[in-house]
Amino acid sequence: MAEKKVCDLFDCGHRACGGCGAALAARLVTQAAGTETIVVSSTGCMEVFSTPYPETAWKVPWIHSLFENAAAVASGIEAALKKQGRKEKVVIMAGDGATFDIGMICISGAFERGHDFTYVCYDNEAYMNTGIQRSGATPYDASTTTSPAGSHSFGNKRPKKDMPQILAAHGAPYVATASIVYPADLMQKVEKAINTPGPCYVQVHAPCCTGWGFEGEQTLAIARLAIETGLWVNYEMLEGKITKVRKVMRKPVEEYLKTQKRFRHLFKPKRQDAEIAAIQVIADKNAEKYGIDIKIPKKE
Amino acid sequence: MMEITEGSHAVAEAVSLCRPQVISAYPITPQTHIVEALADFVANGKLDAEYITVENELSALSACVGASAAGSRAYSATTSQGLALMFEVCFNAAGMRLPIIMSIANRALGAPLSIWNDQQDSISLRDSGWLQFYAEDNQEATDLHYIAYRVAEDPSILLPAFVCFDGFILSHTYEPVDMLSQEEADRYLPGFAPAERLDAADPISFGMYATPEYYLEFRYEMDLAHKRAKDVIAKAGKEFGSLFGRDYSALVEGYRLDDAETVIVTMGSLCGTVKDTIDEMRAEGKNVGLLKIRVFRPFPTEDVAKALARAKRVAVLDKNISLGSKGAVALEIRDALYGSGIPVRDYILGLGGRDVRKKDIREIVALLERGEGDQFYGLRKEVL
Repeated sequence: MAEKKVCDLFDCGHRACGGCGAALAARLVTQAAGTETIVVSSTGCMEVFSTPYPETAWKVPWIHSLFENAAAVASGIEAALKKQGRKEKVVIMAGDGATFDIGMICISGAFERGHDFTYVCYDNEAYMNTGIQRSGATPYDASTTTSPAGSHSFGNKRPKKDMPQILAAHGAPYVATASIVYPADLMQKVEKAINTPGPCYVQVHAPCCTGWGFEGEQTLAIARLAIETGLWVNYEMLEGKITKVRKVMRKPVEEYLKTQKRFRHLFKPKRQDAEIAAIQVIADKNAEKYGIDIKIPKKE
Repeated sequence: MMEITEGSHAVAEAVSLCRPQVISAYPITPQTHIVEALADFVANGKLDAEYITVENELSALSACVGASAAGSRAYSATTSQGLALMFEVCFNAAGMRLPIIMSIANRALGAPLSIWNDQQDSISLRDSGWLQFYAEDNQEATDLHYIAYRVAEDPSILLPAFVCFDGFILSHTYEPVDMLSQEEADRYLPGFAPAERLDAADPISFGMYATPEYYLEFRYEMDLAHKRAKDVIAKAGKEFGSLFGRDYSALVEGYRLDDAETVIVTMGSLCGTVKDTIDEMRAEGKNVGLLKIRVFRPFPTEDVAKALARAKRVAVLDKNISLGSKGAVALEIRDALYGSGIPVRDYILGLGGRDVRKKDIREIVALLERGEGDQFYGLRKEVL
């Protein structure tokens, strides 16, 4: 007997690049959320690669309205479900541009109002759909098409905006960061967010091979290096308090930076020690703030 | 039941009788009294709806998009700057064929900032795909909400609609209004039950992107729906008339028009002033009439051509201006009368709340008879 094909709720056949971190995030998030879910997407890569009319990769009810308004659309859906006595859960899937930048007002309003939804930001650290422009999530010194490295620039001049902290400050009961490289952890966090009443936020690190400049088969390795160097921290916050952090034996940031073309100018034509050191400081501060370093007790 | 009430309050009562399930709005003068009244109805159990107090108008309409797509009857109200902030969502809601109703208490757009009435706001959303109704008085402003929902939610239409009524002039004026009972409203307007909605039991995708192979057809289908809406509005308006005695089957309505040589065309509250002036001029033996445009989108071009076929000359009073061209209503009237040889003159007036009185209507008739038009009317030369 032929084996019955088990399809994901985010189905195959979409148009994402091979090795797309965001597509993997969509699979894991929908799998964690289950069939009783309505997904709201913002404009962006994921929306475009998953729904070229008349095809759709979404096997759960799905809506895309605009770039900036996913949180407001979700507010309306949640209100309608409440009014109709329906039990579906509302999950937003939006990119970092839609979340950190253009959607900020809608997000702030929706979190302040306390709607019951889960907001998942797939963070690939720039506007990838429009051709790799910087966003508020782009890391320090990353070269993008609007923060290019050049004779007078080392790329993006500002560190990443601390979006989880901003939403925790709104009183979000559950805020977490996750990475596609740890799928069980990611799915657990999404489930937890969905089962926590009120507006919850999960920010998922989703490397973009096209935008960051690496081969598609390296996506998971690079996601892992981000965590191992302390440039991405996986943690959980309950009622604004950090309750769980993934600890690591930390590697120097250079090991992460040298894998991606967006940081190539830090190594070629000549090594920029001061800039690499500045990025190391960002990782060190993360390590201290979140306590990610595994401390091995000295032997007597 | 007849009551003397403020226009905004009357509209809020009518909206409440339409049983919206989700209301989402942001305060802006002169719309505020509507959304305050609705909040009060919800707070006191008169209306069983989810009321979302959003952080701006873009979110107000976006929440309606979500609610409507999830299968709930959705409502919002705004004006002017608020409507301008919704620009993107307006096109989006229409493109997704979501029958949201929004009251527009018409107001001028800045700069310079003005809280007073004209119709530039809704006219500027002319091409967004929303049906546009304009009310002459508060009775019409209330009644048009039931009709708007009936038409918008008709499975052959599925388009959102503005019910426009002039800010302050109507919104803040007390008039007698005959209000339907809840039973009457329910008889006319059944519950919203869309064939397609966001539903885990039957997953579909809303708001996908269309390549050049598909986009043109989406716009064509919307235009077809607008064309069908002319009949649907006529039928819905007629049924309203047969049930409640006020017939809204006509998309354009003549007043002392049959033998009129000079015809004034306009929309909104100005129609009342024009009617009074016409009565006076008729008593003086002048053959003047009015053609009132109640529905601006879809534009009833054929009805206008028919109604104006016997006119000798037409003055269009526009409370809007497509800068560098003409008033939006005048452009439509010229299109409707193309080839007829009937002269159409445009008068831009009343912008930013400038009062228009009976003497002004008389003066415009005199200008028209002298062949002078296509101009701003009532300019204060001393401040230019």
